[in-house]
Amino acid sequence: MEIVFLAFILILSIFLGFELINKVPATLHTPLMSGSNAISGITLIGALVSAGAGAAQMATILGTAAVTLATINVIGGYMVTDRMLGMFKKKERGDQKAEG
Amino acid sequence: MNSAVIINIAYILSAALFIYGLKELSSPATARRGNFISSVGMFIAVVVTLFNQGILEYQWIILGIAIGGLIGAAAARTVAMTAMPEMVALFNGFGGLASLLVGWVALYGAGTTTFTIITIILSVLIGGVTFTGSIIAWGKLSGKIDGKPILFSGQQIFNTLLMLGILVCGVLFALEPTNLTYLYVIIALSFVFGIMFVIPIGGGDMPVVISLLNSYSGLAACAAGFAINNLLLIVAGSLVGASGIILTKIMCKAMNRSLSNVLFSGFGSPKQIAGEVEGTVKPIVAEDAFYILEAASNVLVVPGYGMAVAQAQHVVKELQELLEKNGCEVVYGVHPVAGRMPGHMNVLLAEADVSYDVLMEMDSVNPRMENFDVAIVIGANDVVNPAAREDESSPLFGMPIINVDIARTVFVLKRSMAAGFAGVQNPLFFKENTRMLFGDAKESISQVIREFSG
Repeated sequence: MEIVFLAFILILSIFLGFELINKVPATLHTPLMSGSNAISGITLIGALVSAGAGAAQMATILGTAAVTLATINVIGGYMVTDRMLGMFKKKERGDQKAEG
Repeated sequence: MNSAVIINIAYILSAALFIYGLKELSSPATARRGNFISSVGMFIAVVVTLFNQGILEYQWIILGIAIGGLIGAAAARTVAMTAMPEMVALFNGFGGLASLLVGWVALYGAGTTTFTIITIILSVLIGGVTFTGSIIAWGKLSGKIDGKPILFSGQQIFNTLLMLGILVCGVLFALEPTNLTYLYVIIALSFVFGIMFVIPIGGGDMPVVISLLNSYSGLAACAAGFAINNLLLIVAGSLVGASGIILTKIMCKAMNRSLSNVLFSGFGSPKQIAGEVEGTVKPIVAEDAFYILEAASNVLVVPGYGMAVAQAQHVVKELQELLEKNGCEVVYGVHPVAGRMPGHMNVLLAEADVSYDVLMEMDSVNPRMENFDVAIVIGANDVVNPAAREDESSPLFGMPIINVDIARTVFVLKRSMAAGFAGVQNPLFFKENTRMLFGDAKESISQVIREFSG
């Protein structure tokens, strides 16, 4: 039953993703990629448990590496997306025409 | 209420914030807020996870977050906008490798059922392919590896054997999870597979590859979610997976090619160079270009990868302002696969402070093409090649293009007469209404700008 439940969540999320992303205009495709890439850094929360479980030494080393990589993904992804989106501005076209 | 329940409630909130954040990305006016909302969701998820009872020691976590945070922040602040494609590729790769490691560590957890083992294999496999594939893509995009497709005889057979090898090792490992050798072999083979997957793909097809790797990085997180039984990983991972698949589909459609054609054909290898085109090329100098532009009242700018290479976006914006002061209307026609990743041109033009409402998609500029006095093609080639419309024998035939040849006059800014990425000769350069402005795009536009002020 557990597997069925997880698969159920998976299918609904994929359809929700299709609906959401289809509405994103082509202009924003690059920020969409870097922003969704930051979301895929969610694997960080899995990595946190692996690094902190105090289990086998091997598990701790691998977990710490995973935390580092996922954090790069999360912090870098969100910051660079914010930087990009900060550049997307709309100018008042009326003003420009008035100048000319 | 125990902590597990609280953590799961917080995860629901995080998932909702991710979804709402993505929804806000559907308009440039709200996109920045959407990204912030999504980052709040991530922050909540990380903070509540730290209260997980399974976490006994924090020193390694703090170390990892500190190093990762510093690297991520430094990279995000310093990267040049022109280097964005390779940056995104690299981040995808890190995400993939992180998911691989999370899947691997799940093996050390208690009570690994066959189902868990299968999901571990999947997250290691997808994560590994994403990692090395992204590294190769990064190398190709940043010019550290030759961008040409690498093909050798027996490539398909090699890849088939590779897939079979992964499958066999996967089955063996599922039957005998204590034998870690199988896992190591799977990791090694998935790394090789990632490399094999990207090397046959040429530079101009990179938008498809980046989108696909973006999708994989999400799917890897999703598989890791199954491995450690974490719903938030499944939801967030599949949102990203779906997002990448849609972008991949849009990119393939914009090239009129199937995904398998992009992945396996090695498009753009030299053997495909088409025959000569009849007609003469008419070069033009900046001064004459200026006279034509001065008289124009409607100008279309079609940017391509060459604009990014020449870093010409700022002078383009300068020219736009001069033309607008002259009473001319300037819009940009952006082809979906112009550049090296989806939306590449838009980001560069946004950096140069071009208002996003003059950045038009192919379908909005094509119907009014005959009304443009001048269409300026800057470093674009295949996406404006009329052979895609007219010549059934052309490899580009059927690809939707920006029909600049229908505009009254076409300026093509180009370094030389070399063929485009597809290795196909462009009849546009030989048309009656086409004028070639040879030289570096940035330099050529600067010369025209000087004519305006002179």
